[in-house]
Amino acid sequence: MSLSLKTIVEGLLFVAEEPLSLEKISEITEGVAVDRLQKVMDELAAEYDETGRAYVLCQVAGGYQFRTRPELSSYILRMKKKSPTRLSRATLETLAVIAYRQPILRAEIERIRGVDVGGVLKTLLEKGLIRVAGRKDLPGKPIIYGTTKKFLETFDLPSLDALPSLEEIESLGQEKEGKLF
Amino acid sequence: MDLRVKLEIYEGPLDLLLHLIKKNEVDIYDIPIALITGQYLEYLGLMESLNIELAGEFLLMAATLTQIKSKLLLPVLEEDQDEEEEDPRMAIVRPLLEHMKIRDAADALERRAILDRDVFTRDIPWPELGLAPAEEELIEVSLFELIDAFQRLVSKFEAVSGLDIYLETKTLQERINEIILFLRKNRQASFEELTAKDRTKAEFILSFLAILELARTGCLRLYQHQTAKVIMLLFADKPNLFVQVGLNENNREEEQDSEEDPVE
Repeated sequence: MSLSLKTIVEGLLFVAEEPLSLEKISEITEGVAVDRLQKVMDELAAEYDETGRAYVLCQVAGGYQFRTRPELSSYILRMKKKSPTRLSRATLETLAVIAYRQPILRAEIERIRGVDVGGVLKTLLEKGLIRVAGRKDLPGKPIIYGTTKKFLETFDLPSLDALPSLEEIESLGQEKEGKLF
Repeated sequence: MDLRVKLEIYEGPLDLLLHLIKKNEVDIYDIPIALITGQYLEYLGLMESLNIELAGEFLLMAATLTQIKSKLLLPVLEEDQDEEEEDPRMAIVRPLLEHMKIRDAADALERRAILDRDVFTRDIPWPELGLAPAEEELIEVSLFELIDAFQRLVSKFEAVSGLDIYLETKTLQERINEIILFLRKNRQASFEELTAKDRTKAEFILSFLAILELARTGCLRLYQHQTAKVIMLLFADKPNLFVQVGLNENNREEEQDSEEDPVE
């Protein structure tokens, strides 16, 4: 059987343990141009989507990855007998502040959230969703925080630019909530 | 015994203000400052009386609110009016708006197709991120909703007039123990159910403190049914449960004995 580029890419995606970037595939295939790979990838994604497979090709964290359709989650969770990813309200809000305002100081996060965030920051660091992005050139060299690649993977985001802007979210929320405020 | 409950207050003063604004259905750009300040201080008083440790931020906000209230009471001089002085309430409106934006952003994140909750990849081990109940209609309960429930139920006792004889019948530890045993059997219970047997205000407060302590140590999770508004307690059984809530070995043995041999 003569291998098509599409088959090769599909095979790589099947085995890969993390999102596979076009650059990485180009390296593995010894120099197939990225735009050609992009075309193949788009075709694959369309095929999986149209044929109603259980999993689809998703663009996450700068690469591509097969992921199951959300509709299947209850069955998969039952099989895995594992608790699903769950983030508390405090964790989510702190994460949102960091995602939208990074790189950001702890003091800034606390000003916006209005509470101490020490414990939550520790949790987020442990979960690998945020990282120490450096230190600010201020007295005491305070730590600045940013999100990680795992954050993008967890929240199904191709890149940070893919986060909807706060203004977009706000207009959506207003439509939903009506005129309470 | 020191009954001080160190509840981790994730909700801060801004959350409390938003809670009050929503509850009173007032316009965030036109906050009735006297009303909201009054209710805010009432809440602080209630939290204090429950021995919930208040973070300094709550007091700072109380001071800010009071300051705004007094500024609004001052007459504006004719000459000053031309200068278009900013509404003093903006000092809290601005952070509130920013806070709301972030809350919306957190909601938007929550709605995404989250890995290992909604979507899955081929089996790549991920560190566990925590526990969750399957019931989708449940939302995590905030401290203020809990206090609302407390207020609602405690008023029931206040209605009954009579001499308040204080009999120290149970310790907090014993009450915690009872709740654990109950939840072991039933897995979940409503807030009302657990406090139904409390006949005096003291008993009720003891139950409430026990629930808070169990929630703090992660032995139970508090959820509220979105439509029914009932607060549910879901049991998260942990092998080292008794150690965590500080029960000593003797207590544990007693409890086991009584289980094996209920009739003495």
